[in-house]
Amino acid sequence: MWPEKVHKELSSAGVRVVGYVPDAGHKRLIELCRADRKMRAVVLTTEEEGIGLAAGAWLGGQKSVLLMQSSGVGNIVNVLGMVQVCRFPLVMIITMRGEQGEFNPWQVPMGLATPQVLEAMSVSVRRASDASEVAPLVAEAFKGGTAAAVLISQSVIGIKSFQEQRAQ
Amino acid sequence: MKATLHRREVVKSLLKDRKDLLVLAGLGSTSWDITAAGDSPLSFPTWGAMGQAAMMGLGLALAQPRRRVLVVTGDGEMLMGLGALATIGVQRPANLSIVVIDNERYGETGMQTTHTAHGIDLAAMARACGFKHSTLVRTKAGVAKLRSAIHGKSGPLFAQVKVKAEKLPLVLPPHDGVLLKERFCAALLNQGQTTFCSD
Repeated sequence: MWPEKVHKELSSAGVRVVGYVPDAGHKRLIELCRADRKMRAVVLTTEEEGIGLAAGAWLGGQKSVLLMQSSGVGNIVNVLGMVQVCRFPLVMIITMRGEQGEFNPWQVPMGLATPQVLEAMSVSVRRASDASEVAPLVAEAFKGGTAAAVLISQSVIGIKSFQEQRAQ
Repeated sequence: MKATLHRREVVKSLLKDRKDLLVLAGLGSTSWDITAAGDSPLSFPTWGAMGQAAMMGLGLALAQPRRRVLVVTGDGEMLMGLGALATIGVQRPANLSIVVIDNERYGETGMQTTHTAHGIDLAAMARACGFKHSTLVRTKAGVAKLRSAIHGKSGPLFAQVKVKAEKLPLVLPPHDGVLLKERFCAALLNQGQTTFCSD
């Protein structure tokens, strides 16, 4: 499973602080990070807080990762300016919404704009379309020492089913 | 009640004999305040990322649990990131203090009033978010007490210090973000050697 492999990569990269906004696609990875005694999982009210958290942790000598959904990319745009101007290393793992098959049209605009918005703020963007691609891309993202995002396509995490949720 | 404290004097008192305190400042006036009190490599003044000063403080406090971390920021900057109070309230780092220098104005944009001028109570918000100590400071004696709390008390600690709305001469820190980051990391982590940050 990709979450286990990604968690292993986070461990070997030396990640100590994990900022996250709860997300269905990241559910398992968040659980793994929360259960890891070497990691401090920090639940955020908005993704923007994760950028400040990561910058502060870096100043204190610790590596971090930010887990979020593509809608959250819209919440971090201005503060990515700090990442760029201070050259803070930053790794974001982003689960996609609004791709083909999305049931909720309100998720589509930000989903479509996600890669361009990140690139406009000088974040390097890689996309995993298959589960086997996620962990290697995450490992690669930590090597550059710059701002990097790994997008996890809905083909990996599945399409949110409102029918299923209603039946629960 | 009219504020009588002067912001530069407040910040100078808080940073007096700062020992190994790590200091972050929100953009604008509080960055000028900490610089006027005496620039240091262990100060990280910001020139942007409005709303993130408290969260940067949390990240630093978690990464450096043995050091005291002080965030000095303005009321406008804090208002832009109020969710951070809730996030910090969940983590409750004992070594983090957040001091809001509250002039009830947006000082960099023409001194327009902020929400605190209309009675919005930041100290009460911090208390409601689980900060162990949260106070409203209006007097010099209160500032002196706050200084020792920052160095001694187990936090997280929050203080809202009411100050006069003054337009003061700018005292600018370096504005190169890489320089600010590298000098901070070098002084904190590598005894003056710049290695970790360019890792």
